[in-house]
Amino acid sequence: MNLRGKLEMTAMSDVGLTRTHNEDSIGNDTDIGLAVLADGMGGYRAGEIASAIAINMVMERLRKAFERVCPGELDASTGYTRGTMMVQEAMNKANTVIFQSAQDQPQCHGMGTTVLTVFFYDDRMSVGHVGDSRLYRLRNDAFEQLTVDHSLVQELVDKGFYSPEEARRSAQRNLVTRALGIGPEVQTEVFEETVLPEDLFLLCSDGLTDLVEDSEIHLTLSKYSANLEQAAQQLIQLANQNGGTDNISVILVRVLTSFTQKMPANWYSRVVDWFG
Amino acid sequence: MTAKLVLSLNGAVLREFPLTQERITVGRKPDNDIHIDNLAVSGQHALIITILNDSFLEDLGSTNGTFVNGKLIKKHALQNGDVIAIGKHELKYVNQNATAADGDFEKTMIIRPGMANTTAAAIQKTTEKAEKAAAATPGHNGAGTPEEQLPLAKVQVLSGPAVGKELVVKKPLTTLGRPGVQVAVITRRPQGYFITPVEGQHPMINGEAIADKAHRLDDNDVIELAGVKMEFLMMP
Repeated sequence: MNLRGKLEMTAMSDVGLTRTHNEDSIGNDTDIGLAVLADGMGGYRAGEIASAIAINMVMERLRKAFERVCPGELDASTGYTRGTMMVQEAMNKANTVIFQSAQDQPQCHGMGTTVLTVFFYDDRMSVGHVGDSRLYRLRNDAFEQLTVDHSLVQELVDKGFYSPEEARRSAQRNLVTRALGIGPEVQTEVFEETVLPEDLFLLCSDGLTDLVEDSEIHLTLSKYSANLEQAAQQLIQLANQNGGTDNISVILVRVLTSFTQKMPANWYSRVVDWFG
Repeated sequence: MTAKLVLSLNGAVLREFPLTQERITVGRKPDNDIHIDNLAVSGQHALIITILNDSFLEDLGSTNGTFVNGKLIKKHALQNGDVIAIGKHELKYVNQNATAADGDFEKTMIIRPGMANTTAAAIQKTTEKAEKAAAATPGHNGAGTPEEQLPLAKVQVLSGPAVGKELVVKKPLTTLGRPGVQVAVITRRPQGYFITPVEGQHPMINGEAIADKAHRLDDNDVIELAGVKMEFLMMP
């Protein structure tokens, strides 16, 4: 099902004020309902290569799969939708390609990338992520982080050694525990969420969240909600005003209308039937 | 220069311990890395985890407690100069390596798989030891598959015509409610189970309406939705 007209997307990436290259990569497709963001790492310019491969592979695999498979269908054995399985497969495939390239080319050795993939279909979304790029949602003025970072400090926060404030200040805050390209296999974390009209989603690299507080991001999105491009520009500007010490990437997605695949009554076909 | 702990008693320095190991145990039993043979010290009193340039202190449920700069702590991120009091002894944490403030420390780096396993295992082990009856937050597990480790949960109907019915929550998304009236969704994440309102009035959890955000579900929470009361139960 073509989603044109149902979702509005804006994607922007900025090198920041101190880096010479932009190792972030972004991609989006409003027809199939896809947004992908990757933050590359590695010596020399290898980070750019890793993140570009990630975006290209994930988008290509999903576009191809989208032609054959209905993403809203349930995969009975796992309980996930086909859309979620597609996202996971695409990210695993990207991992293989990046890892192989890293092995084959000495100047790419050790390169890796975070990836955040959001795939919209049937009034829901499948999210796949590896690393510390984040997905946030703004719904009726409730601003919420939907992904949990795969990072060392996040683990320390989870175990009670750091408060979230201490984690923000930690020198080790940029150590990720998972990334694409550093091993033959990767643990992609996937989950599903329902999507409502007027939801506003933000995908971003840590170049934004390391420099701009959540409350500031919330305020900015609320203030510029009518104009996604302006909102994106403002977020990048805030990061640069606070130092711009890393590449900054943001993708904003606004849900304009319901995009259920089935007749409205049937969207809830999987609703438990005790309530009639 | 590596970070170290300086052990002293009544102001007299007894010994120095460089923090070269990931996990260093402190206690009265002789198998501890820092063995303090004093009755005020528990057999397994405390633990220090060192990850790269930072160290973290955790009390292991000791009888007399562990103090840092006079304050009783359970878990603490150590700062250069902190004085840890265990029984009557003192351990001073000395770490002169201020983390290099060069531009590169901002860069995102990957902890290599080998490192990730040991540090994650080090963090994991502390919770195994220190946890008691209190329900643990299903933590974010760096090593292994978080998904597989989250126990199943179920929802049991407490009122209405379907009273007694049970639904095992195993899918990543489970929608509940009456379309057109009130609908909510329970999502299953590595961090646990969450309920989010979707349509109509927000559901109540233990008598209070929830906000537009995902609300974490704990064992025995009572959900009220579309006039039906049900209990959320984690399965052992």
